[in-house]
Amino acid sequence: MSEFLQQLLNGLSLGAIYALIALGYTMVYGVLRFINFAHADVFMVGSFIGYYAGKLVPEGTLWGGFSVLLAAMLGCALLGMSIERLAYRPLRGSPTLNVLITAIGVSLLLEYSGQVFFGAAPRTFPPIFPSQNFQFGSLTLSSNQIAVIVVAALLMLALQFIVHRTKIGTAMRAVSLNPRAAQLVGINNDVVISFTFGLGSALAGAGGILYAMNYPSIDPLMGVMPGLKAFVAAILGGIGNIRGAALGGLLLGTVETFVSGSQWSTYKDAIAFGILIIILLFRPAGLLGKFTVEKV
Amino acid sequence: MIRLPRLLTTALALLAACAAPAAEGPIKIGHYASLTGKDAAFGVATRKGVLLAVEEINARGGVLGRPLEYLVEDMQSKPGEAATVVKKLISRDKVGVMIGANASANSLEAAPICQNAKVPMMAISSTNPRVTQIGDYIFRICFIDPFQGAVLAKFARTSLRAQRVALLTSTNSPYSVGLSAVLRERFTALGGEIVAEQKFAEGDKDFRAQLTAIRAARPEVIAATGFYSEAALICIQARSLGLTGPIIGGDGWEAPQLTELGGKAVEGTYYCTYFSADNNAPEVQSFVRRYQVRWSNERPEGVSALGYDAVHVIAAAMERSGATTGPALRDALAATRNHAGVTGQTTIDRQRNSEKAAVMLAVKNGRAEFFETVTP
Repeated sequence: MSEFLQQLLNGLSLGAIYALIALGYTMVYGVLRFINFAHADVFMVGSFIGYYAGKLVPEGTLWGGFSVLLAAMLGCALLGMSIERLAYRPLRGSPTLNVLITAIGVSLLLEYSGQVFFGAAPRTFPPIFPSQNFQFGSLTLSSNQIAVIVVAALLMLALQFIVHRTKIGTAMRAVSLNPRAAQLVGINNDVVISFTFGLGSALAGAGGILYAMNYPSIDPLMGVMPGLKAFVAAILGGIGNIRGAALGGLLLGTVETFVSGSQWSTYKDAIAFGILIIILLFRPAGLLGKFTVEKV
Repeated sequence: MIRLPRLLTTALALLAACAAPAAEGPIKIGHYASLTGKDAAFGVATRKGVLLAVEEINARGGVLGRPLEYLVEDMQSKPGEAATVVKKLISRDKVGVMIGANASANSLEAAPICQNAKVPMMAISSTNPRVTQIGDYIFRICFIDPFQGAVLAKFARTSLRAQRVALLTSTNSPYSVGLSAVLRERFTALGGEIVAEQKFAEGDKDFRAQLTAIRAARPEVIAATGFYSEAALICIQARSLGLTGPIIGGDGWEAPQLTELGGKAVEGTYYCTYFSADNNAPEVQSFVRRYQVRWSNERPEGVSALGYDAVHVIAAAMERSGATTGPALRDALAATRNHAGVTGQTTIDRQRNSEKAAVMLAVKNGRAEFFETVTP
């Protein structure tokens, strides 16, 4: 029983990070209807910003940790917005496939310029937050795991608030529903799309810091695998649906952890992706996605 | 009719002119290593040892009166890259002898190419037995996994007095799989019990699931037979799950990054290796001093010492046989007996492996310290 609870906790803390990255995929898809493959590399840049910013603040302090987190989120938001401005906006109105290929190009650009600027060898991420272990019976909680779950939950609540309770959030939903009609009622689509990229990338930056806190070895290709998993999580929950992305991330992280702890650990990715296929067979639009018929 | 012989002589003279520098130019030694990527620590440290040996030999006048020329190619820790760079070294640079990789997986890729080209290859720290089974041109300067597995089993059973051991194996590394197999067999033969076996893949970062399953089996010692980048994360996550017992590993752990990445979590871990810079033997201390002078005060790693010895074993074989490549050099390498180097006495056995003793290191205060010498 305690092993089950421990694995559940491990799974939730991994899933929370997948969920944070998945939110970025799903938000961009929601407004622009394309997958921003460069998102996983924004996540990587987030941990590198944390790596360099972490050297400027004293290790293991709360204010230091939060300022590093904030720096990474701001840096990533700027990066995401400039990617949108430079690479995607000129292609607005062209077929989705063109934008998709551009996204892959931006992703490779970030990965390999990362290898030039940061070096290819793995770096050690500094312990920016104070860390401690708590013992509840046979259940061990590390403060890092708790921090991941709490920070992720807070960010998701904040996102929910922004999307549903603010003016810009309403505009985002309007653009997502029908970009042309949104323009007709006086919404500046460029501003909304730019904001969406900034918001999604800030979450990826936070994900990068949380990931590096738990797995403190970072390198320029670190985004590839978590990015793929988060993409799957976004599809699993129903792409374009914010709550779906969070649910998908948590589900994927938990399943992966339980499979890793069993004797089939080598098949963990195969089983996780197998579950995705089964869910999509029964619910083609994902767990929380609405199935829409495309009119010809 | 006078023209033809003249043409012939000119052609002959030209040919001779072309052939002459090839025979008297430098002796080319190739080396394929991961100088970047996740195994970079090994490749870079090996290169430093090899280069020190080459420079020292050249300063003494070279081998057979010819200087050594050292050509290194980076295989970026990527699968498939070893084959590419070895082909390049053999066909374009025409090296006569090859210094091999650290990871067994890379050496297994490159060995068939060296074997086919009849270029003797000396692997550095590729401890998987299959490496030298590829052919009679493939040698290694280190001991092999069965030996290392046996050392770890004996160490866990007698020095740590463990009864229950858990194994954590990297399934896509032949090195880790081989080490775990022998460790399991020998530890059980010594009367111990393997209480849990978990697997992961190289490049994984989350081991909490496997470690939670291991914790439920209550082992006294955990053996993580992979490489340092995963080992450091395993130690961190094991400690955060409350697993405070000793964690042991093979020579794949040996890199400064182990303590950099692992920090406090790697205290109380042990690993076996070929060489310890703390060893008081005079030849070791003299090597450490020369290495530190050459490489801005850095301490040599086990693989640096192996790289250094590899060059000397090759140079000695060249001096004995007068050959710089091909079958004659191969035979001379195979005949190496009790070569005194910085990693102890090296004897090449019938399977072209090196026989030598292992040292166990203990991580204390952020440093790997000499613990004991083990012969299983």
